[in-house]
Formats: sequence, C-alpha cells, structure tokens
Amino acid sequence: MKQLIEKHSLAIRWFHWVNFPVLSLMIWSGLWIYWANDVYRLGWGDTTLFKFFPQSFYEAFNVPFQLAKGMAWHFVLMWVFFLNGVLYVGYTIFSGEWRYLLPNRHSFKEAIQVTLHDLGLRKGPLPVRKFNGAQQIAYTSVVLMGVGSVLTGLAIYKPTQFAWLTGLLGGYEFARILHFALTIGYVLFFIVHIAQVVRAGWNNFRAMVAGFEIVEVNPASQPLPAGPPPLPAADAPLSSN
Amino acid sequence: MSDESSTPNPVGHQPAPLQPEAAVLAEARQRSRRAFIGLGLAGLAGLGGWSWLISQPKESGVAGPLRRVLDANGRLSGAYFKETRLAPEFARSRARAPRINGKVGLKSELNPVTWRLRVQDFATGNTQEFTLDDIKALPKTSMTTELKCIEGWSIVVHWGGARLSDFLARYPLAARAGAAETLASYVGLRTPDDAYYVGLDMPSALHPQTLLCYEMNDQPLTAGHGAPLRLVTPLKYGTKHLKRIGTIAFSDTRPDDYWAEKGYDWDSGH
Repeated sequence: MKQLIEKHSLAIRWFHWVNFPVLSLMIWSGLWIYWANDVYRLGWGDTTLFKFFPQSFYEAFNVPFQLAKGMAWHFVLMWVFFLNGVLYVGYTIFSGEWRYLLPNRHSFKEAIQVTLHDLGLRKGPLPVRKFNGAQQIAYTSVVLMGVGSVLTGLAIYKPTQFAWLTGLLGGYEFARILHFALTIGYVLFFIVHIAQVVRAGWNNFRAMVAGFEIVEVNPASQPLPAGPPPLPAADAPLSSN
Repeated sequence: MSDESSTPNPVGHQPAPLQPEAAVLAEARQRSRRAFIGLGLAGLAGLGGWSWLISQPKESGVAGPLRRVLDANGRLSGAYFKETRLAPEFARSRARAPRINGKVGLKSELNPVTWRLRVQDFATGNTQEFTLDDIKALPKTSMTTELKCIEGWSIVVHWGGARLSDFLARYPLAARAGAAETLASYVGLRTPDDAYYVGLDMPSALHPQTLLCYEMNDQPLTAGHGAPLRLVTPLKYGTKHLKRIGTIAFSDTRPDDYWAEKGYDWDSGH
C-alpha cells in the first residue's frame, strides 16, 4: 500500500537548487579566470597526460579573453555561494539533520559495500536509510570542499590581508592549485551525483523537488503514524532491516 | 516549491491509520505539480534576473550591478585594511626577473637626464619637480616580495627604492589646504605620455611596502621594467605597479585607472 514519506525539508531543497546554478556559474567564471594563466596539467617531466585545458574545450565553452568579466562574476557570486553554504550548514546543525549527513564509524565499511553494489559486484539489498554510508561520506566531503574553496579563494583573493591564511595553505601559488583542484573535485562529484540520481530513479529525484517519497507499506505489519515517521539515525545498525 | 510543514512525531505517539492509497496518490500528484511549477518559476526568475543583469548599461567595461558589487568589495577590504599587515617577504635568493608583461606608456623615447618626477601639490595645485637623485636621497628600502599578476601568475622579486610614505613625509604634497594633518584620499600616477595611469587609495599608498622603486634585483631598472622610477606595491596586482612614473597627483575622487576602465576591479587590492 503506497504512502507518502517526507524526505527533504523545504529549506534543504532551496539550498540545493540555489547552489546548483551558483556553483555552475562560479566554475564557469573561474574558467575565464584560470584561462589567463592555464599552467596546470597531469603528468611528469616532459610528459603531459592531460592539459588543463585543451584549446577545443576553451572554444566550446567560450572561455578565452574573458578575465575581467570572469573576475567580476566570481567576486559577486562568491557572496551568494558563501551565504547559501553558511545557511545550509547552519540549518543542518540547528534542525538536527546533520545526524543523517555526518559519517560515523559504520559509514566507511558501508560505503565500500554500496560501491561494490553499484558496480554490480555485490548482491543483496542496500541499507534502507535516508543516506547510506557512501552518501554520508560524499555529501559531507562536498560541504568540506565548499569550506575549502572559500578558504583557498580568500587566500588568493587577499593574500596580504590574510597572509596568515595564505601561508597556512602553502603560499599563494599552492593555494591557487588547491582552489583549482577543489573545482575539479566538484565536477567529478557532479558526474557521479548525476549518474546516481539517474539510477535511483524518479521517486528519489522528485523528493529533492517536492520533498516526499512514495513508499510501499504492508498495512498488516507496518502501521505508519500520520506524521512523518522518524528516519533511523545515521548510526543505526546496518542490519536493522 | 511548496511544502507541508513537517511536524516532529512525538515519542509515544499512537500510529494513525494509513491513508487510503487513492488519497496518497492524489496528494502526491498535487504536491509534485506545485513543486515542479514552483521550481520552474524559480528557474525562470533566475534566468530573468540574469538577462536583466547582463542587459544593464556597462560601467567601465562591466555590467553596472557587477561594478557596484566590485566597488562594495573594495570598500569592505578598505575597512578591513591595516597597514601593519605586510605582504610576506622571501629569501633574497628566491628572487627572479619577471617577464615584461606590458609596454603601454613606455613606447616613447625617454631621456633619463631630462626626466623629472612631476608631483602636483594637493593644496596649491602647483607642480614640483624631482630628479632621481632626490628620490635616492630618501632612506632606501629593500624587500623581496611576490609580484602577483592579475592573470594569475606570480614571481618573487627583490625591489629597492624609497617608500612613498617617506617621500610624502619629506615633501608634504598630499596635505589638504588649511588642514596639513589630513591627506587627500587618493593618489594618481601617470606615465609621462599619459598612456598608462593608475589610482591608489591613500592607505595603500602610505603602506610601508609601497615603494617608488628604482632597483630590481639589485640592478637599476631597465627600460622594460620602468626606468627610471616605477611604483611597486605588493598590496595590489601587478596592474597597479605603474612603470616609468611621469606625474603624481592627489585627489578626493578615485583617479582614472587604465585597467579599471577595461572591466577590472578598481581596487585590485590584496
């Protein structure tokens, strides 16, 4: 018998959908800035496996000769990115939702099981919880990456006024590398995130828009309260179901 | 996006009967429709805001609203600024020769013998001239700091010159008429041909690491690096390090700035 279960609060959905275009524009304007000194690559010595970025990529995304515009957008949207992130973290703390998001001692083992399951190497059901161990690690990491982007960004934006921070992050040039690497991290996160959302299906995606999921309940054995049922805590044993 | 406020389920609450499936599906349809329409409208509003923003008249090469945020950022960092915060200094051995990255303002011939630094007195408007020896007579300051180009690269350079603050203490040309202890708010510097020009806020100009520089890596400046006298200030991007200073003037309004007119941040501060 199908029932509605509340999954994502309105606040969380807003933070999520505000962040998506803002972070995208931060990455795009960041590319305009990076292009003016595009020295990073994967490789060693004279061997380059991948150059950040190939000319064809720049042309496809209209990157060249937009440094001034890139800086203007970057230093405006940084406020939106920062405020949205602060509000999100504050909300998860005060609402108690951090309990679902923060990894615990079970998460790492569970993340391996989830990964093996998703790669088709492990059979058996996944833990039935709001966020499994892999999700907890991924969603907490991406928030920490956001903190890292703000700090490394500040370190290269005001390296004299915040010289202590720039020094702590390995100096101006290293802080710029970190800032860039974190951006690549978001792109990798995005690719995995989209793939997982697609395979999780419509019910899961709709929850990030409308807030609820439809679940199948057996009326004989599992009467549900009218209100939203409390979800198991993040550190509930894996075998509870 | 719409939402029914989720009330926490008190402990010990008796389970209520299940909702009939038809009611559940009807509610799901209604909430989905509202939420997706809400998200769509929010997206359209975002797109509308975006197209409004980029259609605004440009102010100095960048859309007006963006320019105003850049200026607000500049005021914020001005409020946070302290002259006791210094750009990090490096070992002398780490200094390298920077590339010559711009020749605007250097294209005419320069006779080093007849060159004079011309400084306009803020109080009287009269222009006073200085030779390089006048600058060299001031206490010499040397520092090994990182030059940061707005393009994103940086290089450690050893600079030698006179502090602009020492110059202005010895020659109080920035002082306000009738109120000698207060100074103009800004300093404007220009090349002799007026082709390149920068503006500095007075706190940055008076910072102990802002130099009227005549030596780079212990050698007199070469023509490409701004002989005979250039500005060096590790508080700003390289764009503000004007080469071949011709004139200095003071003002209470922001002086013209070559790159700020082309869409860059006027403050460009570190």
